[in-house]
Amino acid sequence: MTQDTTHAPALGLAEAGEDPFTVDGVTLGSRLIMGTGGAPSLDGLGLALEASGTELTTVAMRRYSPAEQGSLFQLLVDRGIRVLPNTAGCFTARDAVLTAELAREALETDWVKLEVIADETTLLPDPIELADATEQLVGRGFKVFAYTNDDPVLARRLEQLGAVAVMPLGAPIGTGLGILNPHNIELIVARAGVPVVLDAGIGTASDAALAMELGCDAVLLATAVTRAQDPVRMASAFRYAVQAGRLASRAGRIPRRDHALASSPMEGRAEFL
Amino acid sequence: MDSTDVLVVGAGVIGLGIAWEAARTGRRVAVVDPAPGSGASFAAAGMLAAVSEYHYQEEELLGLMLASASAWPEFAAGVGGDCGYLRTPTLCVAGDAADRQAFADLRAVQGEHGLAVEPLSVREARRREPLLAPALAGAFEIAADHQVDPRRLVAALCGRLGEGAFVRSRAASLVWDGPAVVGVRLEDGRELRAAETVVANGLGARELRGLPVELPLRPVYGDILRLRVPGPLRPLVSATVRGLVRGRPVYIVPRADGTVVIGATQREDGSEGVSAGGVYELLRDAQALVPAVAELELCETTARARPGTPDNAPLLGRVRAAGDREHDGEAHVPGLIIATGFFRHGVLLTPGAAHVCAGLLEGRTDPRWDVFSPSRFGHRGIPALAGATAERPPAAEAAAANVRQAT
Repeated sequence: MTQDTTHAPALGLAEAGEDPFTVDGVTLGSRLIMGTGGAPSLDGLGLALEASGTELTTVAMRRYSPAEQGSLFQLLVDRGIRVLPNTAGCFTARDAVLTAELAREALETDWVKLEVIADETTLLPDPIELADATEQLVGRGFKVFAYTNDDPVLARRLEQLGAVAVMPLGAPIGTGLGILNPHNIELIVARAGVPVVLDAGIGTASDAALAMELGCDAVLLATAVTRAQDPVRMASAFRYAVQAGRLASRAGRIPRRDHALASSPMEGRAEFL
Repeated sequence: MDSTDVLVVGAGVIGLGIAWEAARTGRRVAVVDPAPGSGASFAAAGMLAAVSEYHYQEEELLGLMLASASAWPEFAAGVGGDCGYLRTPTLCVAGDAADRQAFADLRAVQGEHGLAVEPLSVREARRREPLLAPALAGAFEIAADHQVDPRRLVAALCGRLGEGAFVRSRAASLVWDGPAVVGVRLEDGRELRAAETVVANGLGARELRGLPVELPLRPVYGDILRLRVPGPLRPLVSATVRGLVRGRPVYIVPRADGTVVIGATQREDGSEGVSAGGVYELLRDAQALVPAVAELELCETTARARPGTPDNAPLLGRVRAAGDREHDGEAHVPGLIIATGFFRHGVLLTPGAAHVCAGLLEGRTDPRWDVFSPSRFGHRGIPALAGATAERPPAAEAAAANVRQAT
């Protein structure tokens, strides 16, 4: 298919070296971060992760023991995928700090995706415990990826407390409702000095593309892939969606207009007398 | 030195089913296990649920599950009426609209595979099961999914085999004679010889030395509850009720003796004890489906590890001999059959595994089951994970040694 060659360099832009995603000094070749929860089988998860092209994957330290051989962690090690341990299931700053310490000891990484959840019904972050835990973890030398509400004020506070990335939710975890407040995400992006990762609420590919168009640096999702009927196909969809959204965000979209504007203007046409 | 025709390592439902099938065909059988029926079989609810356990893209496993489900009536009749085999139907009920959609989406694919899943109105479901919650969002009937009581099944199979068949010890390693497996060495050093050795000890296979292939097993823990229904509330439900509550699966299996089994969590946290959070979630979600669950007496909480595999399918068959060419069906390690990794489906797959092994003992292979070859993962290296396995932690040791009852 010769026509593809004209598009290949442009597609490669988002994934290859020209447009890298850098967080905490580490450069990643993919702007799609994957979660692992909900996968029906280890093999299925492995294939989906490969299809997604991800180089960073988050794992709930409370749900998976790094001590087990042949476990999820082994699958990530085998594929050369960096592990971002998370504190899912923690309801207090104290829980989260203990879990992060356990992760650092087991996995020898300072990175932690900080989740401090307020209640089981919404799984929304508890902003006060989240800020408290961020401050404590930064003080202990962790590199905190803070999972936060889509609140521009809180996101800014977390950055000031030392988070290396802020990760606002599009919608509550597992809902697949997409990005409920795009304006807030734009506000967070506009003021952030650290990478912004849209995390949670993604349902399908267009949600991820929108996140990138809004200016997010990356997208994190799990159940949208792991609980899809065909996880590998859906993972591929997200890979392209994230690339498409990133390209669009840098390509300078046209303004929205109330009235039509012909793509071939009338001015300057040859006059035939 | 003892010698027998078939030596089965592991006396869970899989090993016992294989041993009994071999004995029925006139073979001398020995079963090695320090504590028969004390592993995953002790915890299992015993749902024979080929239809409702189907998962997207697991068509090969579905084939074995359906074959085994259709073998169950005859198998149960052979074991005898004391194994708790009941043709209880299964009701799938949805907690909310998204749960109903999840059942409906799955039903479309189940239908493509010829599996019968009939939608019921919630009103009709509640006419059959009056203690179901009024606010359910949908219901489906699966007539083909039945149940057996795994503990009674273990007892019945042990009885059929007779005490003389059992060696209450742990097998430490396979014994080889040239290219063939000729038996096992027990942990006390004794050797047991057999024409055929069947490795059917679940997760315990990870600790068995001398295997010619690496078996990629991992413990997937489950918490499960047993409750007594007070007289006035009986039967709590007459069908097995499987629900989705905000996307979380839970089931309630009614037993003939008036108890119910509620399960089951799925954890890979390396923790062998019963999880308080797991018990809480099971009761919370079961109560959402059947509010009267709160009135029951909680008799038992149990945690066990299921033998998980990377593709959720069993490791079942003979092992290709080293240096063998791909797809050369002839060259297998003589004297050795593997039957482990049955994960969530050990009870359902008991007759299936028994029939597959009976065929292998007679030199027959069924190409349908080649996909479950224990050699299919090749010799996967398991290098130590940096920082995590400098020394094997107690949790992993304990899990590997087979989990004890937690209450």
